[in-house]
Amino acid sequence: MTTTHPTRYRAAAAASGTVKYVSLVIGALVTLIPLSVLFIASFKTSSEFGQTGPFDLPANWFNLDNYIEAFNKGGMVEGFLNTTIILLFSLAGTIVIGTMAAYAIDRFQFRGKRLVVALFLIATLIPGVTSQVATFQIINGLGLYNSMAALILLFMGTDIVSIYIFIQFMQSIPTSIDEAAMLDGANRWTIYWRVILPLLRPAIATVVIVKGIAIYNEFYLPFLYWPSEGVISTSLFRFKGPFGAHWETIAAGTVLVIVPTLIAFVLLQRFIYRGLATGAVK
Amino acid sequence: MVAITSTPPRTPRRRGRRGPSGVPAGRGAVARLTPYLFLLAAVGLLLLLTYLPAANMLWYSLTDWDGLDLEKEFVGVDNYVEVFTNPQIFAVFGVSLYYFAGSFLQMGIALYFAALLSYRTRFSNLFRGILFFPYLINGVAIGFVFLYLFQPGGTLDTVLGWFGLADPPKWLGDPAIANYSLAATSVWRYTGLNFVLFLGAIQSIPGELYEAAEIDGANRWQQFWALTFPGIRRIIGLSFILAIAGSLSVFEIPFIMTGGANGTSTFVIQTLQTAFNFRQVGLASAMAIVLLAIVLVVTFVQRKLFPDEKVDLT
Repeated sequence: MTTTHPTRYRAAAAASGTVKYVSLVIGALVTLIPLSVLFIASFKTSSEFGQTGPFDLPANWFNLDNYIEAFNKGGMVEGFLNTTIILLFSLAGTIVIGTMAAYAIDRFQFRGKRLVVALFLIATLIPGVTSQVATFQIINGLGLYNSMAALILLFMGTDIVSIYIFIQFMQSIPTSIDEAAMLDGANRWTIYWRVILPLLRPAIATVVIVKGIAIYNEFYLPFLYWPSEGVISTSLFRFKGPFGAHWETIAAGTVLVIVPTLIAFVLLQRFIYRGLATGAVK
Repeated sequence: MVAITSTPPRTPRRRGRRGPSGVPAGRGAVARLTPYLFLLAAVGLLLLLTYLPAANMLWYSLTDWDGLDLEKEFVGVDNYVEVFTNPQIFAVFGVSLYYFAGSFLQMGIALYFAALLSYRTRFSNLFRGILFFPYLINGVAIGFVFLYLFQPGGTLDTVLGWFGLADPPKWLGDPAIANYSLAATSVWRYTGLNFVLFLGAIQSIPGELYEAAEIDGANRWQQFWALTFPGIRRIIGLSFILAIAGSLSVFEIPFIMTGGANGTSTFVIQTLQTAFNFRQVGLASAMAIVLLAIVLVVTFVQRKLFPDEKVDLT
């Protein structure tokens, strides 16, 4: 049909093309405007902020006072430092524990295997936040309340998605590699450490990214378990009190938290799309 | 690329046998223990941090424990009766409806943009990145971004002013409006994830089908309903189920932005406040168990409707 009316078809295509790009631009604006106005606000002085509208550009784009204020008085240094340490330990722990578990589940036949797999699967259903009502008593009983160790332990111990990602990837590594190593006299531990772990590198990269973003963004666990010090989320959350009326400082703090995410996203886009979609759907 | 597949039949392959060929003689016991040693840390932490608390929670829910007392008095199902009969507790589930409605909007928007970007588009990577990015942002940062946006006389009011809409409501201060504002924030945050999942599913539909449809004279709209929609029906179904579970357990956005004030408290916020602010661990445990039960039912329905659903990303 369309071939008989080439002009009408072309006009329709052009119109739909316009609609398409207009929609995309609107979508992009709705996404970017809330972020940009905060970015703009973060460069304004206090009095300037009070006198100008949200879309008025700052008088001086190099006014970094708010950022300095956020860093010094807002505890952002402490927050970034703590988050970095927690990230390092939690990720290392998750990788070792997760790959070992995945190795056992994928490469061995043993009694109770089905039970173990079922335990991991069922655990994904338990809502994480509400179960803190009882997890809190365990952490408290271990004497870990109000410590960084509590967070590292929780991040390492409650990660089933990573194990799932490792298992999925390990299934694509042929067992003939294990067997060849075994014929060469390697024991299971050596095979895991020297053969499997290096081959899992792409899966480890995915887990580091997915889990890294999740830990970076985690709010409630540090809020509940480590009230005396801040990680990135809780340090920012505390801006609510002292800076309540100083939106320009809050804006600077918020920008500081978003920028690392933006950099990670730009650099690691492909991994992030792949990884987060896996994690999200389980 | 996302390809929706039902679990592929695992190709049978040779396992590393533990028999005489694989393990040197005299190490049978060690060999038998090996898999358990590899699992020790993971299962130990799983039991300690997931199953032990779950079991404790079940027990607490039958007591009147305040979280501190050494004694826990058994009160039977009193806490559960309280959860279901105290309107202040159960009515909070009504707030979930705002987020549930929001998740429909979210899926609609995600689907629309996924359909647009599945065609050849200029700057498609850029648009995809922009639309997806909010999903990655720290929840506290998003909370502040939108607290600022919704300020009286703030960004939103300014934009509405351009279109001649004066006298806007108090977006977060008015209990009649606040939940809409928060649900909208949630839509802004999570649309990107749905969008990327949908886009991946659409792109995994073979392009030849579209060429054939084009030759047969199907327009874009017909192509969407005949080809695209069937191809992504399952991922939409799955997102729908996840939306139910998600809207029942909304927490971060209202907690960070309003702290549950102005009628924006959700079931999870109430549970945590009951436990940690009002020190009624028994009652809070019962609330958590009720939520767990609901999530289990929803998941059971999901498994029934979409057996072996898997999103395979390669």
